[in-house]
Amino acid sequence: MIFTEVSSDPIDTAALLARVGSDGDGAALLFIGVVRDHAEGRKVKGMRYDAYSEMAAEVLREIALEASIPLGTDRIAVAHRFGELKIGEISVGIAVSSPHRAEAYEASRFVIEEIKKRLPVWKKEYYVDGVSEWVEGTTPPGTGIENSTHAVPLTDEGLT
Amino acid sequence: MSVPVRTLFFAAYRERLGVSELSIDLPSGSTVADLVNELRGRGAPFDMLPEKPAVAINQIYSFLDEPLKTGDEVAFIPPVAGG
Repeated sequence: MIFTEVSSDPIDTAALLARVGSDGDGAALLFIGVVRDHAEGRKVKGMRYDAYSEMAAEVLREIALEASIPLGTDRIAVAHRFGELKIGEISVGIAVSSPHRAEAYEASRFVIEEIKKRLPVWKKEYYVDGVSEWVEGTTPPGTGIENSTHAVPLTDEGLT
Repeated sequence: MSVPVRTLFFAAYRERLGVSELSIDLPSGSTVADLVNELRGRGAPFDMLPEKPAVAINQIYSFLDEPLKTGDEVAFIPPVAGG
């Protein structure tokens, strides 16, 4: 059964992995995206994720459904978090299982790549020097807008 | 006859505009592009919005020539950066 969630709650990876798997599946994969302490040479102390949460829940479900077609199974569980995250905290978790490993790897990769292309979620990096910036994003398909990383004016705010 | 719509702003747009949500009455027959022009025509800070922003209508990515109906939810979507 496909499971998707967009929430400010911490992601429980064991619970996510427990949602997939079956007697016929010989492979199960868990991918996690983690907040790291650097970005393009700058030291990062934390991240804030902003989400259009109602729409993101729908888009995440669409992505998981699309991934299930080549996967050949519906055993996909995906969770994306929003809010303030510290270094080492998990921003996204993707669990997939299938009879053989190749399909699981393919589906897991598909889900994370599509999240980056079209999930209505944004992230702001807070650097140790006190500056913060929105991470340069990508324009989602389906909007008729050129997929350029157009400049969005940045603002500086302290991490609260 | 006017068409009331609800507009939503996220991330960098929300910060720069200082609002997350606005209710706007548009002339009937207006498209998303007309909404963008109405907002940008208000001057600062609304003129920071791109001339051609990505939008979602009722939580579905949409083109700027899409006509708007009463009660539509129009979200201005800065370049996305999930994951």
